[in-house]
Amino acid sequence: MQPEAYVAHHFPNLRQQEHAARLGMWLFLATEILLFSGLFTGYSVYRFLYSEGFEQASRLLNTTLGTVNTLVLITSSLTVAMAHHFSHQGRGKTAAVLLFVTLLFAAAFLVIKGFEWTSDFHEGLLPGRFFTSTEVSATGGPMFFTLYFLMTGLHGIHVIVGMVVLCVLMIQCWIGKYDHGYATPVELGGMYWHLVDLVWIFLYPLLYLI
Amino acid sequence: MNEFMRKLLFLPEEGSAYAAEVDRLHFFVITVTMISATMVALATLYFFVKYKRKSETQATPRVEPKAIHEILFIGVPLGFFLLWFAIGFPLFVKLQNPPKDAMDVYVQAKKWMWKFSYPGGPNGTDVLRVPAGRPVRLLITSRDVIHSFFVPDLRLKQDAVPGRYAQTWFTASRPGRHQVLCAEYCGIGHSAMLAEVVAMDPVSFDAWLAEARRSSVPSAQDWPGEGADPRATLPEQGRRLAAEYGCFKCHTVDGTRHIGPTWLDLYRKSEKLEDGSTVIADEAYLTESIMDPAARIVAGYQNNMPTFQGRIPAPEIAAIVEFIKTLRTDAVHPEPSKGPVYVPVTGYDPTRASR
Amino acid sequence: MSPSLATTPPAPPAEPVYNPRNYLNAEAGIASWLLTRDHKRIGIMYFVGTTMAFALGGLFAMLIRIELLTPGPTIMSAMSYNRMFTLHGVVMIFIFMIPAIPGIFGNFLLPIMVGARDVAFPKLNLLSFYLWAAGAIIALYGMIHGGADTGWTFYTPYSTTTVTKVVPILLGAFVIGFSSILTGLNFIVTTHTLRAPGISWMKMPLFVWSIYATSVIQILATPVLGITLLLVAFEHAFGWGVFDPALGGDPILFQHMFWFYSHPAVYIMVLPAMAVISEVIQAAARKNIFGYRAVAFSSLGIAFVGFFTWGHHMFTSGQSTLDAGVFGVLSMFVGIFTAIKVFNWTATLYKGAVRFTTPFAYFLGFMFFLVFGGMTGIALATVSLDVHWQDTYFVVAHFHFIMVGGVIMAWLAAIHYWWPKMFGRLYSEGWGLVSAVLIILGFNATFIPQFLLGNSGMPRRYYSYPERFWPLNVASTAGASLLAFGFAIIAIYLAISLKWGKVAGPNPWGSRGYEWGTLSPPPPENFLEQPVFDRPPHDYSEELPGMEVTHAT
Repeated sequence: MQPEAYVAHHFPNLRQQEHAARLGMWLFLATEILLFSGLFTGYSVYRFLYSEGFEQASRLLNTTLGTVNTLVLITSSLTVAMAHHFSHQGRGKTAAVLLFVTLLFAAAFLVIKGFEWTSDFHEGLLPGRFFTSTEVSATGGPMFFTLYFLMTGLHGIHVIVGMVVLCVLMIQCWIGKYDHGYATPVELGGMYWHLVDLVWIFLYPLLYLI
Repeated sequence: MNEFMRKLLFLPEEGSAYAAEVDRLHFFVITVTMISATMVALATLYFFVKYKRKSETQATPRVEPKAIHEILFIGVPLGFFLLWFAIGFPLFVKLQNPPKDAMDVYVQAKKWMWKFSYPGGPNGTDVLRVPAGRPVRLLITSRDVIHSFFVPDLRLKQDAVPGRYAQTWFTASRPGRHQVLCAEYCGIGHSAMLAEVVAMDPVSFDAWLAEARRSSVPSAQDWPGEGADPRATLPEQGRRLAAEYGCFKCHTVDGTRHIGPTWLDLYRKSEKLEDGSTVIADEAYLTESIMDPAARIVAGYQNNMPTFQGRIPAPEIAAIVEFIKTLRTDAVHPEPSKGPVYVPVTGYDPTRASR
Repeated sequence: MSPSLATTPPAPPAEPVYNPRNYLNAEAGIASWLLTRDHKRIGIMYFVGTTMAFALGGLFAMLIRIELLTPGPTIMSAMSYNRMFTLHGVVMIFIFMIPAIPGIFGNFLLPIMVGARDVAFPKLNLLSFYLWAAGAIIALYGMIHGGADTGWTFYTPYSTTTVTKVVPILLGAFVIGFSSILTGLNFIVTTHTLRAPGISWMKMPLFVWSIYATSVIQILATPVLGITLLLVAFEHAFGWGVFDPALGGDPILFQHMFWFYSHPAVYIMVLPAMAVISEVIQAAARKNIFGYRAVAFSSLGIAFVGFFTWGHHMFTSGQSTLDAGVFGVLSMFVGIFTAIKVFNWTATLYKGAVRFTTPFAYFLGFMFFLVFGGMTGIALATVSLDVHWQDTYFVVAHFHFIMVGGVIMAWLAAIHYWWPKMFGRLYSEGWGLVSAVLIILGFNATFIPQFLLGNSGMPRRYYSYPERFWPLNVASTAGASLLAFGFAIIAIYLAISLKWGKVAGPNPWGSRGYEWGTLSPPPPENFLEQPVFDRPPHDYSEELPGMEVTHAT
């Protein structure tokens, strides 16, 4: 399809429209960062208040699975970037396959997270007043897990939303919608996915490592 | 002049020297504010009259500001704002730093009343007696939600936050009564959560404090009658009668389960009966249990209690019931208060919270 | 007939013309409205919706004032009263005031003022509107089932332990927050990428500058509110105590997070009002603004510094003395930007050609109330004065002076100034002035007693009060009735003008704002020919016969 066909009636040309689209997505990502920042702030405050309790609680998380998840998500960012590259070259089918691989990684992330959560439920590591584990002797155990479930839960919701977006893009790439003239949606979807990855890269050390 | 401004602005009396200082700043700020607002209004009116539109096609010159204009527009207000801050903030710092020799009083807010306790006793509800002319430090916390201890006459306010203690202080200038209002919304009883600071001359205060500590009855200081005989109160009689009639052989007052249900927190408790139904242990049920114990037995207990029908006259039953009503875990005690009763996370000590 | 601002256009026709093919009638049918991408139609839908919200919030206000006519119970129980002031705040702030001026006038005018055909993302714009509507409906559902009784500030632990229906109200506000974010995003991208040739940043209408600053605050602050309300909802519904002291949580953390949004939120409300005033004053005085750069940059200054002052809502909550000092001093600085604007607006009248019209009457009200209300804000920021005033009617009076005396006056000024542009009709100027006077008088009678009530020590959110507060409360309620009456009159004559008002023509005010260069009501594409912008907006330094009033009122 001719690039000009993608220009909306109120934009003078495609370049300006793409510039606007990218600016819009960056602004949206900024708002997402601020959404998570509330939780990061709460985490920081309570970590400062209950440093020992948080340390003990953090040790009860499965660091191996957390590390695997981090690698999974980082790799998925790579595949999504590659997908954009190929879609921009007009190789829609390759791009679609890469997006499918990204979706597989995302699904793997969610499955591993599911295992982690279920094992936490069994050990009584639950948020707030449902916390029944006796493994944490210092104050702060319930608070740690409240924040853990809220932060990973909100992140998980964003992973799911990202998967829906990538799914749509995958189908569009497969039918050959994008080429060097116009591949902005893939770029924007990729940007969103990178944000999802970035948030996890901050969550992982805060929750698992320190 | 001070009095005139105070009345004009509907400010209450100045119950302390601090209140008077706050008012002086207030008058300064409000005077400058009124003058500026009037000047802006007059300037606007003047320009409007002088520069009325003469024709619909009239052209107007492009007036650009000179640097001096912006410097004035920024500098003069900023000068005033910072001056007011420079006066107001140190005053606030004074409020945050009680003198070392201040007398401590613990204030505990709960829905919907104020409890005051002096270290060393006594404690009571809704009346805070203080000596005039001596600094008093208040250590304020809450049992449930956020409240706020507000004394307009003293220009004093501090939020009562659960889980932490906050401090503030004041020195009442002279004897008098000052209303306390709750200033942080806390539910249905928010506007009824009133109390009173009673500033007494120091000699009377010391005498009252000594008398209150000698007395063994918790509610002595709340009674309006100053010379009331504490031993005449119903709960005290009820305690005596319960001992005489042998109630304590089967009922404890400290929560321990014994032959019969404990009396601690019994009043208005929702009791499960042996037939599966529930009953609220109100005056009627308690009276019935004394007269006809077998009628409704609490689940898990035997039908062992003798009936006191004909053995206890009605006024004495009333006294025993009134005594039972005072047996609450959060009841007022003659000893010093042990602090909030909510259950904190193990090891979390609210008095350690530094913020 | 879309006159260019560059050349001297031909003489105008003798009778003003109502544009026959305009955005209102170009497409017919309910679907064409509900699925529109036209920013002007979306603006009108916001107008209808937010005005309904204003009426609802106003009804709650009247019920509150009637209840406060006597010291004891008057017409309702304490529980109902507590819900009433909560819902008054929630409806007025989240459902009415934050969306109103940006949603109505930002949507309608911003693209026209930058010479664009629409906003950057028209479909997103429609989504914003539906998110607003959805949030309002969710909150309405909560209200019908009793609503919350926590106050619009939702302080924990009361809000997490109360039995009332807090969660739908929280969720409604959360969803409306998304609407706010997406609208802000749209406006920022539009301003950056869709300005027509000739409109540089320093030649943009000041309205656009202020809306732009508003949008920056919207996208940065609103997400924090979103997560905070979500946490309260979780705690209320499931007991996951982030703010519960019994579980190690800190109620003051809630206050910090809440006010981090809610203080910038007041600038989200007031900056669009200032946007309107900048336009109205230039048109009413037939004069360019005094100090364009100062007014433009002060909007950004308010947006930036406003993010660092939230702690002045917490002087008595137990935060540290250092915090109190820092927040107090920064609050002084944020006040300076408003002072700059006030002086510059007043100085705009100097050597102008002023005509007294209804928008100008609202401008006068706005100025006085903003100065007075703003300075009581400065007084509150001196910290020790706030110790007495915090949580009393003094604070209530302060923010109503800004929000009603400031923002509502500007909203009314905007309605009266742009009514001819949006609907092509003029209203009765006589009735306009009468209701402006009623509103200004009613406002004074309602809220000045409240300053005095605060001084005398009446706390806010009080259902019953000690008898000594009785007379001032009666005075305040009397004023509120006058206000309500004034609003009712406005609604009536505006509605009448839609059908029977005189035709306005493109420019009844003789204004040289960019939007007056197109027809009234505008065509769907905003301009019939590509307009040329080679002179700054509101430049009245030359006589331009073709750009003048088309209908003398």
